[in-house]
Amino acid sequence: MNAKKSKGDKPEKTGGKTEKVKGKVKSATSRARSVLGRVIMGRHANGMRRVAITGMGTINALGRDVPATFEAMREGRCGIGPLEFRDVDRLAVRIGGQVRDWDAETYFNRQQIVLYDKFTQFTLIAAREAVEQSGLIFEGELGLRSGVVLGTAAGGMNTWDENYRTVYEEGKNRVHPFVVPKLMNNAAASHLSMEYGLMGPSFTVATACASSNHAMGMAFNMVRSGAAAVMLTGGSEAMLCFGGVKAWEGLRVMSKDACRPFSATRNGMVQGEGAGVFVFEDWEHAVARGADILAEVVGFSMSADAQDIVMPSAIGAQRTITGAMMDAQLRPEEIGYINAHGTGTAANDKTECAAVAHAFGHHADRLMISSTKSMHGHLIGGTGAVELLACIMALRDGVIAPTIGYEEPDPECALDVVPNEAREARVGAVLSNAFAFGGLNAVIALRKV
Amino acid sequence: MTEIRDRIIQIIAEQAMLDPAELRPEMSPQEIGIDSMGLVESIFALEEEFDISVPFNANAPETSDFDISTLASIIAAVEKLVAEKA
Repeated sequence: MNAKKSKGDKPEKTGGKTEKVKGKVKSATSRARSVLGRVIMGRHANGMRRVAITGMGTINALGRDVPATFEAMREGRCGIGPLEFRDVDRLAVRIGGQVRDWDAETYFNRQQIVLYDKFTQFTLIAAREAVEQSGLIFEGELGLRSGVVLGTAAGGMNTWDENYRTVYEEGKNRVHPFVVPKLMNNAAASHLSMEYGLMGPSFTVATACASSNHAMGMAFNMVRSGAAAVMLTGGSEAMLCFGGVKAWEGLRVMSKDACRPFSATRNGMVQGEGAGVFVFEDWEHAVARGADILAEVVGFSMSADAQDIVMPSAIGAQRTITGAMMDAQLRPEEIGYINAHGTGTAANDKTECAAVAHAFGHHADRLMISSTKSMHGHLIGGTGAVELLACIMALRDGVIAPTIGYEEPDPECALDVVPNEAREARVGAVLSNAFAFGGLNAVIALRKV
Repeated sequence: MTEIRDRIIQIIAEQAMLDPAELRPEMSPQEIGIDSMGLVESIFALEEEFDISVPFNANAPETSDFDISTLASIIAAVEKLVAEKA
C-alpha cells in the first residue's frame, strides 16, 4: 500500500487500455502486479488511492439480481405496471415499478422479518449478491477498516404506513416493540454492518432523489482517502405503499400511464422500488487478491442550487457535472455515456439537457444520454444505485441501456437519448447524474477497466 | 386458569423457538433463551393475546410492577391482570 510516487504512475484518462508504468517504480509495480499480468498502480500522483468496484447487486422491478436487470435493460423491457397493495383503489396514480409477488419468507426467517422493513430486506438481498461477487470475507483487520454508507429517502415507509393505520384508522393503542428499529433510516446500513462484520465508518445519507449518489460519493471519498479499505454502498427505497404514493400524488408531477423521459409527450414521473449495493474497494487491495474489477470510480461532485425546494437549476446541474469531470481529471470528450436523472417531468428533463449542453459544448451532440427510469421507475433514494448498474453495463459490456417510451422529439431535449432500443457502443468513461428535490446535486464518474 | 397458563407458555415458547414441553416454571427468561428485546416482544404478544396492559419498563425491569424473574412469576402476573380486567 506504499507505492512510490512518480510522474509515471498517474492513471491514463481514457479507459480500455492498461496503464504504462515507468521503471522508476519497479519495486512497487511488482507488488501491484495483478493475476491478469497487467501492471496497475493503485495510487494517483497526489497520493490518493484508486477505487475499484468489485461487486454489484440489486433487486428492482426489472429483476431480482444483476443478470436479470441487465437482460431487461438490454431488451428495453418495462418493469412499470399496475400497483398491487392495500387501498390502491383510493389512489389517482396506480402504476409503479414494483417488485412483483413479493414474499419476504423466500429470503428471510420469521425473526428477521419482524426486524426488517422492506427497504432493509431489499438492501440485504442486493448486498448478498454484491459481496458474493466480490469474494470478500470481512475478517480481522479488514472488518475494522470496512464500512457501509447507504442512501434512502424514506427509510421504513411501509412500517410507518402500517403502524399509522393501526393507531389512526383501526384505533388501536399499542404497536409492536420493533417499530422504531424497523423504520429508522439507518436500519439497512446497520443490518449490513452486522451481517458482514463491517466495523468502520457506517451511516445513511438522505438527500431525496440524490441519496444513493451522495452515499456512493461518500464511499468513494472514504476509500480514496484511505479512511476505509472497503465500503459497501448504494441505496434502497420501498415507498410503494398507500401513504408513500399518496404523498407523491399531492405534488401532481406523477404520470398515470408511463414514464417517457425526454419525449415531447412526457407527462411525469413514475415511482419504483428496490435496491442497489456495490463493493467499493481500495484498488491495490483488489489487485493484490486478484479480484475481478468491474469498473473504476474516478470522480464525484456535489453541490446545492440554493434556489428552490422543488424546481431544478440548470446552472447547479452543470456545475456538478463539470465538477465530477474535473475531479476525475476527465475531459468532456472522454465521456461516452451519461445515465441521466431523466425523471420524465417537464422541469427536470429540459433543465438537465440544458445543463449537459452547456457542460459539454459540441461534445453534447456526440455523447449518449439515457434515462433507465423509463424501465425501473424512480427509486427515489435508491435510484442512483440501480442506475449505476447501467453505467457499469455500458463500460463492461459495451451496451447502452435505452430510454424507453420515447415517442416524439422535444426541441428542448435535443440530445442522443438512445430512444427505445439499447445500443452497442464502446465507451471509456461515463457519468451518472442525480438532481434531487431541495436542489441537491450529485454526479459520479466511472471509467472502464 | 389452565387455559390462560397454556396460552402464555405457548407464546413464550414460540418466542424462544422451543417446544412448550421444554419450558419449566422455575426457568428465567435468560434460561429459556429470551434476551431483553425478546422479552419486550413477548410482553407485546401477551398484551395482544389477552387484551391487557403490562406495566413493564425495559429500562428498569427489576423495579417494574410486573415480575419477570421466572416463567411462573410471569404466568402469575398475567393471570392477575386478566382477572383484574374481568
